[in-house]
Amino acid sequence: MELSLLTFFPAIGALLLLLVPSKQHDTIKMVSLLVAFITFLISLWLYFAFDPIAHPMQFQFSVPWIPSMGISYHMGIDGISLLLIVMTALLMIPAILCSWKSITKSVKGFYISMLLLATGMLGVFCSLDLFLFYVFWEVMLIPMYFIIGLWGGQRRLYAAIKFVLFTMFGSLLMLVAIIYMAFEFKSQTGVYSFDMIALTGMPIDTQVQMWLFGAFALAFAIKVPLFPFHTWLPDAHVEAPTAGSVILAGVLLKLGTYGFIRICMPMFPEATVAFTPYISVLAIIAIIYGALVAMVQKDIKSLVAFSSVSHMGFVMLGLFALNTQALEGSVIQMINHGISTGALFLLVGMIYERRHTRLISEFGGLAKVMPVFSTIFLIVTLSSIGLPLTNGFVGEFLILLGLFKVNTTYAILAATGVILSACYMLWMYQRVIFGKLTNPKNEKLLDLSLREKVILIPLVVLIFWIGIYPKPLFDRLSPSIRLVQEQMQSRASAAKTSKFELVESVKESDYNYDATIEDRLEKVK
Amino acid sequence: MFDTTAASIDFSIIAPEIALLVAAFIILVSVYNESMRNLAPIIATLGLLASLIIAIEQMGNPKTGFFGMVSCDDFTVVFKILFVVSSLLVLLIGRRYFAAKNIDRPEFYALLCISTMGMMVMASTTDLVVIFLGLEIMSVPLYVMAGMDKRSLESNEAGIKYLIMGAFASGFLLMGIAFIFGSSGTTDLRLIAADFQFIGENYQLYFNAGAVLTLVGFAFKVAAVPFHSWVPDVYQGAPTPVTALFSVGPKAAGFAALLRIFNFGFEGLEFISDIFWMLAVLTMTVGNILALRQGNIKRMLAYSSIAHAGYILVAFAVGGSAAMSAAIFYLFAYGLFNLGSFAIITQLEIRSGCKSELSELSGLSKAHPYLSAALTVFMLALAGFPPTVGFIGKFYLFTAAIDGGFIWLTVIGVLNSFISVYYYLRVVKVSFLEKFEGTFAPVKYTPAMMAVLLITLAGTLGLGIFPEKLLEFSKAAIFAFL
Repeated sequence: MELSLLTFFPAIGALLLLLVPSKQHDTIKMVSLLVAFITFLISLWLYFAFDPIAHPMQFQFSVPWIPSMGISYHMGIDGISLLLIVMTALLMIPAILCSWKSITKSVKGFYISMLLLATGMLGVFCSLDLFLFYVFWEVMLIPMYFIIGLWGGQRRLYAAIKFVLFTMFGSLLMLVAIIYMAFEFKSQTGVYSFDMIALTGMPIDTQVQMWLFGAFALAFAIKVPLFPFHTWLPDAHVEAPTAGSVILAGVLLKLGTYGFIRICMPMFPEATVAFTPYISVLAIIAIIYGALVAMVQKDIKSLVAFSSVSHMGFVMLGLFALNTQALEGSVIQMINHGISTGALFLLVGMIYERRHTRLISEFGGLAKVMPVFSTIFLIVTLSSIGLPLTNGFVGEFLILLGLFKVNTTYAILAATGVILSACYMLWMYQRVIFGKLTNPKNEKLLDLSLREKVILIPLVVLIFWIGIYPKPLFDRLSPSIRLVQEQMQSRASAAKTSKFELVESVKESDYNYDATIEDRLEKVK
Repeated sequence: MFDTTAASIDFSIIAPEIALLVAAFIILVSVYNESMRNLAPIIATLGLLASLIIAIEQMGNPKTGFFGMVSCDDFTVVFKILFVVSSLLVLLIGRRYFAAKNIDRPEFYALLCISTMGMMVMASTTDLVVIFLGLEIMSVPLYVMAGMDKRSLESNEAGIKYLIMGAFASGFLLMGIAFIFGSSGTTDLRLIAADFQFIGENYQLYFNAGAVLTLVGFAFKVAAVPFHSWVPDVYQGAPTPVTALFSVGPKAAGFAALLRIFNFGFEGLEFISDIFWMLAVLTMTVGNILALRQGNIKRMLAYSSIAHAGYILVAFAVGGSAAMSAAIFYLFAYGLFNLGSFAIITQLEIRSGCKSELSELSGLSKAHPYLSAALTVFMLALAGFPPTVGFIGKFYLFTAAIDGGFIWLTVIGVLNSFISVYYYLRVVKVSFLEKFEGTFAPVKYTPAMMAVLLITLAGTLGLGIFPEKLLEFSKAAIFAFL
């Protein structure tokens, strides 16, 4: 029930907004901010109520939804989804606050779309039923279509339809795969089921796994976006309003990587292993290509957009290293990317509001007129590069550590990406902030207002907190990562055992796992 | 052969039809009385409601009568409910439109009742001749209704075109029935099903020819490619409420007859599945691709209705009870959101001089936010987005297809539904995202219009979130019938 409250609270807020007269902009903004804040508080409560040692899937809630098709309304979270949920709920607050002044037309529609979008995203992270997962996955598209298409920049119509069509293409094939999974379950047990936990334990023929993996992976890879499916991303990012970019980069891209770790890996382990080289190569191409293209961008926002391609490639590479360090690092890096890139888009939005341009060449010497802005910008830039003591370092380090164990070449190539990212980010920072104040239009720029500081400071605090003391996150994360790995291994080793034995073995491995945690805790004491 | 009860003449079996016929006659008689003319829609509504209530009463009580010519099982009842509800909605949509276009003639309501009755006859028999009879009872009023706007050239063209193509289709159908009669010696589908083995061995060629000709006849009626060429012109030319009727009632009646004939009577005919999948692939693909470039909403919805017929034909290719109940579910779902979108288009067309061009919608959201929000919901339902019933319909259909081993057909289906996203979202784009130019006449929300919009909206979203009841309903139809 807790998860349903969390998921549908923003939607209820959106319904409330419908009742507010559309002329009362301040009321609309306050209500939606309040809704976002309460949603965040609920997610925070979940964070603290989550028991790191207990069974991985917590707060489970399941009622039959469409019983004749074996569909149930099944929600539950483990450590991975927990962290992503908290990040999503957190990012909603700056996304709403940063639209305070920049969104002037159809204000009511905008905030309703934002809140519905939040429901969709939280729903995807909470669902444990593939049908429910798909419904939330699709529900998200429409508000985002409107956010880009209605409040976006010059080429917003093109960007909006491109975003929808790219995502739709992948997700419709995913729908076929989802139905096929349920059909496969039916042919093994006699009834349909879309339950992720039941399907995770189901043995699937390797050849079939390949197809299913392909269908799911295409949908997720488009979302991530993995090279060569990334072309929608720069358009969508550049045209979307700041809030849209923050959510897009912060949360929507994570849905893809989350899908890989939640569905592809545990359900199709053989296929995952078989596809690993291809996906790793694509990820490396994404890292280097994204970085090189980012380097030559003239527009700050598209620079950040391409840096997302590069960073998400890094996350993908870490996921497909398939060992504990890299997996943990990847999930942490998903959070980090959400915070850092979200903050970058917010900062870009702030100077865009002041100057109505985002061209790097228009700026220079902002350090003199906007010292606070420049300081925060520096911190965020460094966190995006992955400087030690910032959050980016933790994730990148773990990913590289894990990678070195698997494939040195990959690791070296990925490390090149880190260097390149330092190049383009610092170069951009230098051109925008340092140097002489040449452009007279920049002389009278105001530094950050109180609202803008309120938006940024929590993110800066998080950047340092995760950078210095990430242990609480890992405590919640590690058991779930372990479980994913064990599911993969038990499936691989027990490929020929019957379904029931398999379910038992999965259960057993859970218990064993709990035992090892307790052992470890004993030793620590 | 026949059981004794079947021979009885039991008028309770055809009571829903009788209710409609009575309403139609009262209207036709009262046309000559000036003061009675305005009562026509009310009489028609009452007739339809009475028919609906009687039909619901018939549920779960299968009967056969009139020497086996008429049978009333749950399959029949489910379709009767679909026909009556869609005709009721059309009636509610049409009233103000006809008044505004100055073509409000009481005969329309009588024709609507008679046509609905024809659809019912089509669904409530296992005899090929009676099916043909029902088809003609349904079609003749439709020809008249399509050409009802006498002063409009397009409407005249629509009427004539529909008449000629309809007659052509009837010819095929009759030819097919003749072949089947020639090879089997009967027109009763139950007897054909029982003797199938024997007929197949002895008169295979004639029987197969008959089956294919019958299929062609109905393919015209349900607008399957390559028998679809009349659809765009007729849909565009006919008065919009009549177009709304075309897109649901007659189509569903055609599918009901197809279900009876090919899934009950000719169930053993194996090659027909191949023909169905070819038809399905062609219909989906051609419909969706041609819809991409349409500038007129009615024309676009015409092609979209072709495409949706294609999705339903997937169920025929798959066969079996799950696919059949999926087809019935889809017909209900499609009826709901398609009538909803036609209701809105009608509402907008009431403004004078409006031709339902897509460009005329630009900026709709500024002038009529609620109407454009509703239109968005219907478009998303047509495109198959959750949480609308359009998604559940496609989901159910594709699940049945995968279960029947037609994965590749499902993939073609989803790719088609991907194409359709583009043109449905174009309507949303034009009404929401494009700049507002010109003025929109104020829209009067009459009680009838509000009722239609609320019913279709509630159905589209409500059944999209809680589809279990409708799923059971469409399953009941098939279990009673098999």
